[in-house]
Amino acid sequence: MTTSAQTVAVPARARTATATATVRRKQGFQHGGWFVAPFLALFALFVIWPLLRGVYLSFTDANISGDGASFIGLDNYREAFQDEMMWDALGHSAYFTLLVVPCITVLAFLLAMLAHHIEHGKWLWRLCFFAPFLLPSTVAANMWQWLFTQGIGLFNHTLGIDTPWLTDKSYAMLAIVIQTLWWTVGFSFLLYLAALQGIPAHLYEAAKLDGANAWHRTVHITLPLLRNITGLVIALQILASLQLFDQAVVMMDFGPGPELSTRSFVQYTLEQGFTSYRVGYASAMSIIFFVLIAVVALARMWLLRTREEGTR
Amino acid sequence: MSVISSTRTRPRSRWTPGQIVLTLIGTAVSAVFVAPIAAALFTSFKSEAEAAEIPPHWLPEAWTGQAWKALLDTGNITNWFVNSLVVSVCVTTIVLVVSALAGYGFARTEFRGKHLLLGVVMAGLMISPAVLGVPLFTTVQQLGMVDTYWGMILPQCAPAAMVYILYKFFQGIPRELEEAAFIDGAGRWRVFFTIVVPLARPSLAAVGIFTFIASWNNFLWPYMVTNNPDLMTMPNGIATVMNSYGIQWAQLMAGGLMAGLPLIVVFVFFQRQIVAGVAHTGLAGQ
Repeated sequence: MTTSAQTVAVPARARTATATATVRRKQGFQHGGWFVAPFLALFALFVIWPLLRGVYLSFTDANISGDGASFIGLDNYREAFQDEMMWDALGHSAYFTLLVVPCITVLAFLLAMLAHHIEHGKWLWRLCFFAPFLLPSTVAANMWQWLFTQGIGLFNHTLGIDTPWLTDKSYAMLAIVIQTLWWTVGFSFLLYLAALQGIPAHLYEAAKLDGANAWHRTVHITLPLLRNITGLVIALQILASLQLFDQAVVMMDFGPGPELSTRSFVQYTLEQGFTSYRVGYASAMSIIFFVLIAVVALARMWLLRTREEGTR
Repeated sequence: MSVISSTRTRPRSRWTPGQIVLTLIGTAVSAVFVAPIAAALFTSFKSEAEAAEIPPHWLPEAWTGQAWKALLDTGNITNWFVNSLVVSVCVTTIVLVVSALAGYGFARTEFRGKHLLLGVVMAGLMISPAVLGVPLFTTVQQLGMVDTYWGMILPQCAPAAMVYILYKFFQGIPRELEEAAFIDGAGRWRVFFTIVVPLARPSLAAVGIFTFIASWNNFLWPYMVTNNPDLMTMPNGIATVMNSYGIQWAQLMAGGLMAGLPLIVVFVFFQRQIVAGVAHTGLAGQ
């Protein structure tokens, strides 16, 4: 806008200069394909291609060596939907998700409130609550495997109980849930903490002047303002929890747990692919899982959109 | 950041009764969080016999560096440490370069099919090795990269999430800065490297730190792509090789700490950047 206003008033020579400038300015943003090319090459090779290949393999009886596969149509999918082991594994992943997501969301919020309101040594609380998240999954799992081992483990010893955490069907998944809470709550905690720090102080001061006590301020200011971040925490946790694998296999010595009770969907898929060498079948399960994850992600986007429209 | 610094300039608060109670609760909760790490540390200084004693006890009765010495003597662990370092540094470097370029390309430049491609990349946010493990493995197999460094590194180098974060950031930079440079005759690449990249330093730091943590801690992908003990990374070697000897708890804890402590030390030093990074990464997804 300003450039065109100026061109009217300036002499011809300067006008050409401005014209070149406009051209240059526009050209600067043209033909950006080279910027995205390196990423797209990697993305195509390691995301898109595996996805397409997975779809293709899922219609074949391919084994791990990759040759001699023949087209068998929907047989893998038919088999998968009738495979009770698969449903069990999916059930375990879903059960884990159902237990972890609400616990982690509430715990992360409480920890963030605590760290936000204590005025001394903020960095120390942050460090303590977040440090476990920095451990590799296998290390965090080994630590808890040892804590939970009956007899030599400090968990039972400290609480004065004798629960067979890792060897009994009814406790094994709970043990994994407890380990996961400890290990991963730090990430959601930091998200909440950042959100809390972003709430303008004057809102609280105004409420205080109106005579609202700490409880009311939390319920009527903090919680509503944290709604978006809570949605994000829940969505990220659901997606991460459904993909349960690392800590479960390590805590169960790379087995499926007592009476197969902790075998997750990812673990069952990998077993089919790498232990039973049924790459075609494993690919079909991967595709089913991908669709499931996509549905969850799309549901969240849809929820976000309807909510935004609602507030407008 | 501004919020954090404003709390700092506030006059030091006094120890009101409320603050004392909160601090006590905080200390108790922190103790619960630190206890497993502390227990692992203490156990690593026990003898193997003492580590498996019933009933267990927190502190070693006889302190010994035997587990650490045994661990270092086998040589595997130093090998894994180097592998972890090589893989994580390569992944971080490649991700930074590739996603900064792509983020800028999507945010600021025009080319045919941009919006379609952007949509495809967003859809890629849902795909991980956990979801597509088996087909990803067969792809890497086709490329002849099973049991190689590249096979471990490259599949970790196409993170749609990082591109998305930087894309969001670049969109927020005022266009006028670049336009002024274009008018002065600077080329696109020069503008990118001398104006855009320096402005993006905090975001790039966040992306870099995150990628490093994720890659250092990645277990699933290296686990799938190699079972050669010479190529394994820390998390991987500790979980598979050390467990297969029959578990020696003191050594296992010492190994775990060697794998885990470097990042905790890094966190202590870069706490502000990491916290900002988490906030940034997470909030970008909102």
